Amino acid sequence: MAEERSVVLEVRDLSVSYGKVEALHGLSLRVHRGEIVTVIGPNGAGKTTLLSALIGLLPLRGDLVYLGERQSAGRTVEQLVRQGMTLVPEKRELFADMSVADNLLLGAFDRYRAGHRDQLETIDHVFDVFPRLMERREQMAGTLSGGERQMLAMGRALMAKPRLLLLDEPSLGLAPLVIREIFRTIAHLRSIGVAMLLVEQNARAALQVADYAYVLETGSIALEGPSGSLASDPRVIESYLGLGGRH
Amino acid sequence: MKRSLPATILLLIFIFALLAAPALLPEFHVTLLNYIGLYAIVTLGLVMLTGVGGLTSFGQAAFAGLGAYTTAYLTTVHGVSPWLTLPAGLLVTAIVALSLGLVTLRLSGHFLPLGTIAWGISLYYLFGNLAVLGGHTGISGVPPLHILDVELRSGRDFFYLIWAILLGLILATRNLLDSREGRAIRALKGGSVMAEAMGVNTPRSKIVVFAVAALYAAVSGWLYAHLQRFVNPTPFSLTQGIEYLFMAVVGGVSHVWGAILGAGLITVLKQWLQDWLPRLMGESGNFEMIVFGLLMILVLHRARDGVWPMLQRFWPQEVRRARAEGVPRLAKRPLPEPGSVLLEVTDASKCFGGLVANDRVSFRVRAGEIMALIGPNGAGKSTMFNGISGVDPLTSGRVSFRGQRVESLPARRIARLGMSRTFQHVRLLPAMSVIENVAIGAHLRGRKSFVAAACRTDRDEDARLLHEAAVQIERCGLRDQMYEPAGNLPLGRQRLVEIARALAADPCLLLLDEPAAGLRYTEKQALAELLRRLRVEGMGILLVEHDMEFVMGLADHVVVMDFGRKLAAGLPEEIQRNPTVVEAYLGGVE
Amino acid sequence: MDLQIALLLGQDGVTNGAIYALLALALVLVFAVTRVIFIPQGEFVAFGALTLASLQAGKLPGTVWLLLAMGTVIALIEGATAVRAHRFRRLPLILLLNCGAPLLLAASLLAVSPAGLPLPLQVLLTLMLVVPLAPMLYRLAYQPVAEASVLALLIVSVAVHVTLTGLGLVFFGAEGSRTPAFTDVSFEVGDAVLHGQTVLVIVASILLIVALYFFFERTLYGKALRATAMNRTGARLMGISGDLAGLLSFTLAGAIGAFSGVLISPITTIYYDSGFLIGLKGFVGAIIGGLASYPLAAAGAVLVGLLEAYSSFWASAFKEVIVFTLIIPVLLWRSLKTRHVEEA
Repeated sequence: MAEERSVVLEVRDLSVSYGKVEALHGLSLRVHRGEIVTVIGPNGAGKTTLLSALIGLLPLRGDLVYLGERQSAGRTVEQLVRQGMTLVPEKRELFADMSVADNLLLGAFDRYRAGHRDQLETIDHVFDVFPRLMERREQMAGTLSGGERQMLAMGRALMAKPRLLLLDEPSLGLAPLVIREIFRTIAHLRSIGVAMLLVEQNARAALQVADYAYVLETGSIALEGPSGSLASDPRVIESYLGLGGRH
Repeated sequence: MKRSLPATILLLIFIFALLAAPALLPEFHVTLLNYIGLYAIVTLGLVMLTGVGGLTSFGQAAFAGLGAYTTAYLTTVHGVSPWLTLPAGLLVTAIVALSLGLVTLRLSGHFLPLGTIAWGISLYYLFGNLAVLGGHTGISGVPPLHILDVELRSGRDFFYLIWAILLGLILATRNLLDSREGRAIRALKGGSVMAEAMGVNTPRSKIVVFAVAALYAAVSGWLYAHLQRFVNPTPFSLTQGIEYLFMAVVGGVSHVWGAILGAGLITVLKQWLQDWLPRLMGESGNFEMIVFGLLMILVLHRARDGVWPMLQRFWPQEVRRARAEGVPRLAKRPLPEPGSVLLEVTDASKCFGGLVANDRVSFRVRAGEIMALIGPNGAGKSTMFNGISGVDPLTSGRVSFRGQRVESLPARRIARLGMSRTFQHVRLLPAMSVIENVAIGAHLRGRKSFVAAACRTDRDEDARLLHEAAVQIERCGLRDQMYEPAGNLPLGRQRLVEIARALAADPCLLLLDEPAAGLRYTEKQALAELLRRLRVEGMGILLVEHDMEFVMGLADHVVVMDFGRKLAAGLPEEIQRNPTVVEAYLGGVE
Repeated sequence: MDLQIALLLGQDGVTNGAIYALLALALVLVFAVTRVIFIPQGEFVAFGALTLASLQAGKLPGTVWLLLAMGTVIALIEGATAVRAHRFRRLPLILLLNCGAPLLLAASLLAVSPAGLPLPLQVLLTLMLVVPLAPMLYRLAYQPVAEASVLALLIVSVAVHVTLTGLGLVFFGAEGSRTPAFTDVSFEVGDAVLHGQTVLVIVASILLIVALYFFFERTLYGKALRATAMNRTGARLMGISGDLAGLLSFTLAGAIGAFSGVLISPITTIYYDSGFLIGLKGFVGAIIGGLASYPLAAAGAVLVGLLEAYSSFWASAFKEVIVFTLIIPVLLWRSLKTRHVEEA
């Protein structure tokens, strides 16, 4: 990644609270163009909270610079989506009683509003990435299998032609074979220039695919570094890669 | 609840002012105060129903109408004494409220208020169209009340009766809310699932609070009929019902004193507007409603808690404390023989639509044993917990707990048998203190009911419940935060509060859903130590946890789940070496 | 009751039922998209009918003032927000949309005499006056608390209803109005007479329902509304903002309400406060559909219309009692059917 190091997202000293309880304290992180950055950590560390706050679903304190522009405190999800930030949420949040094709179409809602009437091209591209969705295009989203749902959630996000894709636990509840497929797609997306912030419990898979990694523990960053070196860090091996402490 | 000195002084000043009011004020103001009192009685019921219990009603005026019409009819047509028509009116109201409540309270939140609008209209038209009730002209010639030989003819005579009843009801309401049943009512708003899992019969709590609010309204209606000496349908219309809700919201919908404040503010404002607006508009009409509507919207936008909390900031609040000494401990449940099977799950399955979340899972938990249920996120562990504890029953399969089949029992019945649990997504009542939250766990260990609570004959028992809560809080290492609002604690500590609450139920089987998530290293160690002690005491513990170090160092047996199925079971060391488990955990990425 | 009366009552019932069905659909739509229980739906019916009556009587309808006032308040709020964010370029558009358009409408009402215009133009003017009030209401009363609980939103709705009813009295006075029939045509069907007005109401209702169906099934914005109703978070993540969906669904509801008012105005005398009961009857229908199913809601509403028509024959004094007591068995049936699970 030496040729192009422009920063897509930079977060400095970010804190998020639920009511009076602070869930994230003073995080700083950075995502460069064409890079996959992963945030790993145990349940309850605040990974989903981080993504929700970045996309504007939760209020945050601190500096958020996206595409070189400092985001105001009042930024909304819709504004960020318009600027090409898209979240594939942990719960997928599909439109269950709508067809796969309609779900995808709505993924391009904002671009359509802005006057780009090229969803058909994009939809073909999504079908290239996920041929399975092509087969299921008329089926209701609610009837898809777990893996197909994740593909649809990702495909729908791609319809927005994102510049930064936030992925929340894409491997959640999926069979190993499907996980492999999803991660292959993630690698493919990087090759076409999408920057990604990947939150994962499946630390091994995440570290394999990512360029840079952060370890989140009880609301703050405990470790960071290039994925390769984190993957061989004994603390990470013990807590996240192995099955716990070897006594 | 102990009150601080300034609060006591304010209360005394208020009572003296009331005592002196009829002697000092002109007739018009006494009348106004009488109406404020009458409205406040209805509003007080609404505070309990809507503000505390989370159930919205626009139909309270109709209940007041039931009280008023019952006495008007019985006294004028049958010559019954007004002191007998009060219980008769209460009985009629109770019957109507119970039947309406049974129909609507099972439905989700918004059906109740819609129902209240519908029957508010329907009862209004019924009053207005029944010939025996005098149609739209109503019933006149209602006899005055007598107390001993004193006839209450004027507004001044009535003043003391209205305000004595109102203050009495406020006292009873405050007492009730600060009790075992009161905490259960307070849990209705946003905590029903948790309350059920702690053994609270929430449908019963709902119907009781609904009936009590209706009865308050009926009392007000009865007083109204004898103060006015005649009744017609207008004051019991839906418009009036809406006004009652406005009073509650403006005053402060979750504060008992907000009832008087709201009734006072709205009544005085209405009086003032009715004087001014027609002059301004040049004609008559209900123009004050425009202002009320706008005022309401503004209150809901800017100060959803109403006016009372703004005033309340000016004097210190005291939380109720547990009595430290001289409180006998609650009786403990005899624990089953260590090693005996406590819980046996056989072929448990759970489907959500087409999705199979649990697929024929079987395992056992014994007394004096810690069993860990592990597996990747989304493997169906929490679903299994909900199935076992009755929060979200299984689709098929058997669960037997202490030899009894429980898979089709509601959560509260299972709790009664001695199973207690925590939730993965913490379910505390954030505004309530830690100790009161934990005391909900001890709900089933008390017996005193609503009436006892309202009359304060439950104090000994309640002190014991709170003492028990305090003991469990200390055990979980939260002594310093006992009287803080639970919502102010960091998430990890809120999980500990959940454990204290589960322990307060004196369970023989404890279900812990990710208790260590969000805890710091030392807190985890302390938690592990606590769980080991509980094991020694003979409790069975079923644990869902992701922190493998925590699990492997603690559990006697481990069950691994993946895709809703049992993948493996055995001793911790066996599990750690099991290749299938390793594969499932690592996701098998090359 | 002989057959002829039965048919006549049935005709009345279906006519009113068609109106209730339209309102029920609007209520379901608004609730599904915004979680607002739109009690003021009925006021739009009354405002629609009374505005048309005012126009025909050559009076300036009071709704003009409401439109101007709400437009001004919105312009002030939006303007202040834009100034604070230093987005001065937005100011002309804000002013034009919220103040300019209503002023233009008011001026044109003064310029031409609406009483002399042909009926379709009068109806169009009515809709232009009344329909924009709905999104404006959303903007002012609901949008600031859009994330509040269903119950808090319901109380807002009741407050809005109370305010609008009071304003209705100011605008239109306490006397009721009834517009002349749109058509004098009638058909003989066997023994019974079928009034052209009835046919018009039913046909218009059906056409509107079909149009709504196409809107939801075939257009991107219709799909976006359905998406919001299905999954709010999911929709927001696609850039479909809750405010956009709210404004859109309120506009539809306002249009349905005002149009229903226009349809009903030659059939019944409408008073400033008549809308409430009419809207609530739509509600009973909507509740039959569980506030979720469109076809059930429409069927329920027609049932309400029929029940009302026949009970007005048998026990006219208890007509309202019967209709609103119907909600009890309906709720009982719903409570036996559903198992309520509390949201976390």
